[in-house]
Amino acid sequence: MDLFSQYEETVLTVSEITDSVKRLLESSFSGLKIVGEISNFKAHFSGHWYFTLKDANAQVSCTMWRGNNSRVFFTPQDGMKVIVEGNITVYPPRGNYQIDVRRMTVAGEGELQAAFEKLKKKLSAEGLFDEDLKKEIPEFPSKIGIVTAIDSAAFRDMVSVATRRYPLVELLVASSRVQGEGAAEEIVRSIKLLDSRDDIDLIIVGRGGGSLEDLWAFNEEIVARAIYNCNTPVISGVGHEIDFTIADFVADLRAPTPTAAMELATPDQTEIFGFIDDFSYTSTNNIFSIINNHKESVVNIISSYGFRAYDSIIKNKTQNLDNLIYRIQNNTEQMLNKYKNILDQNRNLLESHNVEKILKKGFVLVKQDENFVLRASDFDKGKETKLKFYDNEIKIK
Amino acid sequence: MSGKKKSFEDSLLRLKEISELLEDEDTGLDESIKLYEEGVKLAKQCYSTLAEAELKIKELKADLEKDFE
Repeated sequence: MDLFSQYEETVLTVSEITDSVKRLLESSFSGLKIVGEISNFKAHFSGHWYFTLKDANAQVSCTMWRGNNSRVFFTPQDGMKVIVEGNITVYPPRGNYQIDVRRMTVAGEGELQAAFEKLKKKLSAEGLFDEDLKKEIPEFPSKIGIVTAIDSAAFRDMVSVATRRYPLVELLVASSRVQGEGAAEEIVRSIKLLDSRDDIDLIIVGRGGGSLEDLWAFNEEIVARAIYNCNTPVISGVGHEIDFTIADFVADLRAPTPTAAMELATPDQTEIFGFIDDFSYTSTNNIFSIINNHKESVVNIISSYGFRAYDSIIKNKTQNLDNLIYRIQNNTEQMLNKYKNILDQNRNLLESHNVEKILKKGFVLVKQDENFVLRASDFDKGKETKLKFYDNEIKIK
Repeated sequence: MSGKKKSFEDSLLRLKEISELLEDEDTGLDESIKLYEEGVKLAKQCYSTLAEAELKIKELKADLEKDFE
């Protein structure tokens, strides 16, 4: 090169002219602000962004390195109108110039809205919002995974709701930035991490209120797809009641706020206590009425004809038995009396034989008032007296 | 699904089932009394489990770093 340049000073090598252009352009155009529409947007695996900025009549290539693009809160989409700030650089191997973008902002809020609508339409067409894909939210979760910033008011609100409603539950927080650079990526990582565990019944993805820009991470396609691919049911609770995000559409259940998300995720313990009280009351009543019903049927059975017949059989038998006993007693008594009489007769006979023997010898018995007078002192001279001889009895006065 | 708290849900479902069985006229006396005893026991368990529960919060950060870096 040096050899030729001594003689042909006006002949430049490609490298020389490129180098001159590079120096000229790069020193003349720094601190540029350019508005244009994004096309051919590509985010490379390295993290760098490549795209073309164009308007109706012209286009310019752009690069945005990883360190710079991580500070952009949204993922650019083709057709989005943006304002980029940066410098012109020349890339000698390809002989072209490009804008080295340092900052990128949307050209207006309407651009975000448009991007939102576009993504919503695309994902809807793909079926990511289909109602019949929505998973059922468990009634009594034992572990809830939470994707939010652990130092946020939204998280504190969720904790206090869980404490009040259902303190049996366990909260597992995968803390994530929920706005600004890298928020969408962190949310995706947290969702995947929680979903990979087998002890999580439910995932809440959310954050408190903010501007459209603040909430933007929840409008990113990667977040929507992470929720869609999640095997665990997901409840979204982003911003305020009026805020709808793409995440809300794809989630299995949309809650208007993070607080509401936790309310939807947990059963109310006062209702459970109520159910237990109710059980105790009605079941106690039921068991008493069951027992009473059975008592009643026992009484009915006992008083039925069959049981009464049995009872009267016993009574009849008892009566028969009584009769028999009575008869036996009677007979025995009669028998006894009969023998007693015989005995008495015999005894009298026996006694009379003794007296007659003595009378036969000539003794006489004196009788007054039908009684024998045994002593002289008992004799009454005035009374009628009978004398009993062996052969006869005579009246002497 | 961690066993201990899953059984809280199971207990509640069983309680619901028992209260329905106790209202069913086909359930016999012996069975009813057994069910009632079981129900009262379960109700007490559920009540004290819930009354004594304290919210547990864990952060998954350590795992996150381990898994992804």
